[in-house]
Amino acid sequence: MGYRLGVDVGGTFTDLLLFNDNTGAFWRHKTPSTPADSSVGILNGVTAICEKAGITPADVEFFLHGTTVATNAVLEGKGAKVGLIVTEGYRQIMQIARSFVPGGLAGWIVWPKPEPLAKLEDTFEIKGRMTAHGEELRPIDDADIRAALEKLKARGVEAVTVSLMNAYLNGAHEKRVGELAAEILPGVPVSLSHEVLPEMQEYERTLTTVANASVRPIVGRYVRNLREKLRGGGFAGSLSLLRSDGGLMSSEKSEEHPVSLLMSGPAGGVTGALWVGANSGIRNILTLDVGGTSTDVALIENLDPRRVRTTEVGHLAVRASSLDVKTVGAGGGSIAYVPELTKALRVGPQSAGAVPGPVAYGKGGTLPTVTDANVVLGYLPEALLGGTFKLDREGAKKAVQTIADTLGIDLYAAARGIIDIVNENMFGALRMISVQQGYDPRDFALMGFGGAGPLHVNAVARLMGSWPAVSPVSPGVLCALGDATTRMRTETARSFSRRFDETDEAEVLAVLDAMAKQTREELRAEGIKDEDITSLFEIDVRYEGQAFEVPLSIDPETLHRDGLAGVTKRFDDEHHRLFTFNMKSAHELVNLRAVALGPVLDLPAAELPQGNGDPSAAKIRDHELWMDGKMVPAVIYDRSKLKAGDLIQGPAIVIEMDSTTLIEAACDGLVDRVGNILINPR
Amino acid sequence: MPAQIIQTNTTPFNKVTIDPVTLEVIENALRNARIEMDATLVRTAMSPGIREQGDAFPLIADRTGQMIVGQFGSYIGPFLDGYEGTVEEGDMIMLSDPYSVGGAISHLNDWLVLLPVFKDGRLVAYTSMFGHQSDIGGKVVGSMPIDATSIFEEGVRIPPVKIYKNGVYNEDVIKLIMAQTRMPEWCTADLNALIASCRVAARRVVEMCQRFGDDVFAAATDELLARNYRAMKHLIATSISEEKVSFEDYLCDDGLGFGPYKIRCTMHREGDIVVLDFEGTDPQSQASINFLLNENMLKMFFGIYMIMVFDPQILFNDGYYDLIRVKIPEGSLLKPKFPSALSGRTHALGRLFDIMGGLLGQKTPEFLNAAGFSSSPHLFYSGYDAKGRWFQLFQIGFGGIPGRPLGDGPDGHSLFPGFTNVPNEFLERYFPLVIERYETVADSGGAGLHRGGNGIIMTYRFLEPGVIAIHDDRWFTSPWGVNGGEPGARARKVLEKPDGTQTVVGNKLENLTVEAGDQLHFITWGGGGWGDPLARDPKLLELELERGLVTAEGAKRYGVVLVDGKVDVDATETLREKMRTARGPITEIFNFGPDIETLRANSLAETGLPAPKAPVKPRHWAA
Repeated sequence: MGYRLGVDVGGTFTDLLLFNDNTGAFWRHKTPSTPADSSVGILNGVTAICEKAGITPADVEFFLHGTTVATNAVLEGKGAKVGLIVTEGYRQIMQIARSFVPGGLAGWIVWPKPEPLAKLEDTFEIKGRMTAHGEELRPIDDADIRAALEKLKARGVEAVTVSLMNAYLNGAHEKRVGELAAEILPGVPVSLSHEVLPEMQEYERTLTTVANASVRPIVGRYVRNLREKLRGGGFAGSLSLLRSDGGLMSSEKSEEHPVSLLMSGPAGGVTGALWVGANSGIRNILTLDVGGTSTDVALIENLDPRRVRTTEVGHLAVRASSLDVKTVGAGGGSIAYVPELTKALRVGPQSAGAVPGPVAYGKGGTLPTVTDANVVLGYLPEALLGGTFKLDREGAKKAVQTIADTLGIDLYAAARGIIDIVNENMFGALRMISVQQGYDPRDFALMGFGGAGPLHVNAVARLMGSWPAVSPVSPGVLCALGDATTRMRTETARSFSRRFDETDEAEVLAVLDAMAKQTREELRAEGIKDEDITSLFEIDVRYEGQAFEVPLSIDPETLHRDGLAGVTKRFDDEHHRLFTFNMKSAHELVNLRAVALGPVLDLPAAELPQGNGDPSAAKIRDHELWMDGKMVPAVIYDRSKLKAGDLIQGPAIVIEMDSTTLIEAACDGLVDRVGNILINPR
Repeated sequence: MPAQIIQTNTTPFNKVTIDPVTLEVIENALRNARIEMDATLVRTAMSPGIREQGDAFPLIADRTGQMIVGQFGSYIGPFLDGYEGTVEEGDMIMLSDPYSVGGAISHLNDWLVLLPVFKDGRLVAYTSMFGHQSDIGGKVVGSMPIDATSIFEEGVRIPPVKIYKNGVYNEDVIKLIMAQTRMPEWCTADLNALIASCRVAARRVVEMCQRFGDDVFAAATDELLARNYRAMKHLIATSISEEKVSFEDYLCDDGLGFGPYKIRCTMHREGDIVVLDFEGTDPQSQASINFLLNENMLKMFFGIYMIMVFDPQILFNDGYYDLIRVKIPEGSLLKPKFPSALSGRTHALGRLFDIMGGLLGQKTPEFLNAAGFSSSPHLFYSGYDAKGRWFQLFQIGFGGIPGRPLGDGPDGHSLFPGFTNVPNEFLERYFPLVIERYETVADSGGAGLHRGGNGIIMTYRFLEPGVIAIHDDRWFTSPWGVNGGEPGARARKVLEKPDGTQTVVGNKLENLTVEAGDQLHFITWGGGGWGDPLARDPKLLELELERGLVTAEGAKRYGVVLVDGKVDVDATETLREKMRTARGPITEIFNFGPDIETLRANSLAETGLPAPKAPVKPRHWAA
């Protein structure tokens, strides 16, 4: 046994969390990110945190990493120059993009259409056609394919993708193009749509394949560079990256399939919440990850986070499994303003970002932000812990006063209004993933993390009725904690598109077993022992004719025991829960997926010494903050001095290196065995 | 006699003042509830028209029936005016007859569900949604017979009926309705979906009342409407002139050989009020292209265009309706008399958006978009496959988006909000079809500094014999260009037999028999161009040639000479100079292309179809 190191690279800070998997002891560290070459910041952090723990990088067995490198490549349009080979008649598939224009009626007037990820001038057609039943309608022609590939070569593409009509049913034509591409464009990576995503819907399959190819070179360079630097620093263990679906994959696999990394960043917070939940005995959790410009929310039911089949990044919706994380443009840096025409108070989505940042940070920001409102109200004390950094409360007051004046209300009412509105935006996002999915938020705890999550978690829990509101241990580096504590995962999917009466158990099981074998093989190739691998199946079912499938997870034993009838029944129950009705229509089996999971890590959390319930030893000073329409006395505590069982009466503020927890009036915060603060109404 | 609203609790709402924060919170919550309605619908509906293409529209209204969030404005007022019955707790109303709601829904295919929301015996809001049904019976598959001459040929006609009364489901009436359609499974699922969506939103409204108090909720909806009124009043005062401006445009034909039909609108401001007068619009058609235009819906379109053109940040609702007065002549194409056929109204609906744009933009050409909101092309294909199973497809297509102040119009995109194509692999899997071509037509977008988007060519190869129908427009008149931009190319439909023989077929036709192996080339219009084509960067033409979006010949419309794929700089300058001289300075805001008489004279040669005959006023509906 040894050490696991989780590393999460954000826009401003790189967070590290070193975990001793024998004792559960951990060390955390924050160091400035180095956007030009992230590995510099990472290495700084590795050196620092190893020193803190008194070990050397050679003692670290696993390096686990959540990264936004793929996400940023897409958002900033810095992907590779991708060449695309399509079926005759389909050259403009990415240009037409399903004809979708966002926005309401007349939204087209103001919509800037994004350029396709594979440019039209880098897209060429070939002859040959498969039918919708996987049979060859017209043959391909090698000379014709060669000619198309030569054109790509002449255009200097850095990656080749092949996406042919109905290839999800028969990839023979794509395979041949792949062979010829290897010959004509040696050294250029080739992605075939039926391998990247063997699923129906030509646009989504093409887009996903192109997106994968587009970020491959950047991710590859990033991963190889990081690996070399770490090796140079003495690290000898394995390097894995966090997938969008919350599992880990080896850095080598991630080079091939970077499209699985697009939500790697936010996934870390959710897996961190899972670990905290498992240690605190909280199994149903809504997560609230509040950053500077946005807030990510997700739902965990019975310690299993909800997943979706589509990853949305910027304007792209890519078909790759992802944790169901919803993002709203509401964070600490969100700017409050009052539009001239409507005189409404609005908050965000414009953000002051890291630069110039909130007024209170004194880095040149002049517009009032959510952070400034928190400072004005006393929720963020002027001097943070260990603080060389002092917040400019007078500046924040001046900025918020401009809002108060425009609305004709007083300063504190305006500041509280800004907080209420931003909380409401978070509430809206949480409803989308809970109530709208048929979940009752009162059955869930709300966990707030990220720099500002613990400031808002109490108020949002009140709106949701989700108790307790949880401020987890080290909320500022929970993503890195999530990176460090999750397990390996891989999956494969296939379109099936058959009614239940057109198939039978034997056929379905044969396909699933083959897929299970393939995914287990992949994990074994990563050095995981077969007996440590768990297989799971997912079957997407719908009433024939619906557009929306309900994914049902099922383990192989249950499927063998209950058969397809069991699946049908579960679908009907789930449909009723979601939409309040069932139908007489036939059931259709849409997609099959097999998931293979690495061993569950038994990683205990370190326990705090038991206290006597009285937190006064951790008290720093008395304080005053705005609550329920007036200034009220409150107390500020030092989180590192709290003991298990301490009960903090609100209103109170608990501060630590990188985060601040607000406990509202009429609420109490209980410090649990492992240091989480569980806030409940008194 | 208008509807009678029965409340067991008639306590009036207390007038309370509402702070800006609570107001913002309630507005957000209402907007979220609307998004939830869309999500519920799309997930549970079954007809491809709704589930793949998104042809359905939600609404949440206040206790008086005014729309707070939604797209097309409230029809609840006209419904209440015309409904002879009670509205009570536990009721849910369904209807599809446009004549029963003053045209607030505009053809029988749109099924509308309306749920009055009660709390503690008081009416606090309405939630409602309507969606396009892929088949409601009638004389043709898909239930939009372009050649119908009365509404009785267009399928089941549902006056307002209570599908729930005192909370009890009226199964008999649903059975009666479902017995009229060729696709009862789709219709049942879609109706369930509409009901579920309305219920979701109603639940949210009640939760909001519980959270904030009924009085506060009522005050909030009042204030949201008032706020919109104030914003729009300001916008109208600053951007609409007291001087009259007019704009007219045409529907190409009615599918029975008559056309084009003129729609004319004149706008001016009287004090705070904008007057929109459709005097000069042609009389109604005897076919189904009539559009029973509800005045409130037009106010909404007008408002949305104002907002989108001048200030896209404003959120719109019904609050400003008093600021607009609409006059539509009785018996005209936009106010046909009962029982005129209405199912083919989509073409006039699209054209109205072009007219709104032209009307609003002509005094401020920098804000003006070209034309292209020209139609919503439909294809129907039905028959029995080799195994004797019935299939029927209804698909909505797209054309080119017009050139805009912002930039080029996107190629082959949807002008209707939220619509997408049906994936071709889906079509091929579930229908006997191969989609051989799915791309845009080079040069079909009107030339301009910002060019119009290209139209689409979609080639369907039919694998089974069957019957098709086509509804499209802009095949005879062109989507106009503005500020020096040229018109976009016109739509065209060609049927190709397995031996290669090609025949141009009509853009509005019913019951065309096709055989296995036939191909239909379904070509839509391109968007009009914006600004001077001679000012477009020649390098862009070079790039677009490489992209296959223009041809070397087409580049000459921009005065650009491309030789071997590269700009010939000297030849381009010479050609541009020559064209500039021949053209003279740009003085006209609009370029409609040739006049109607010239179009008629050249129709057969240019479009492959005979020119439509001048419309005649249907005798039995003459005013």
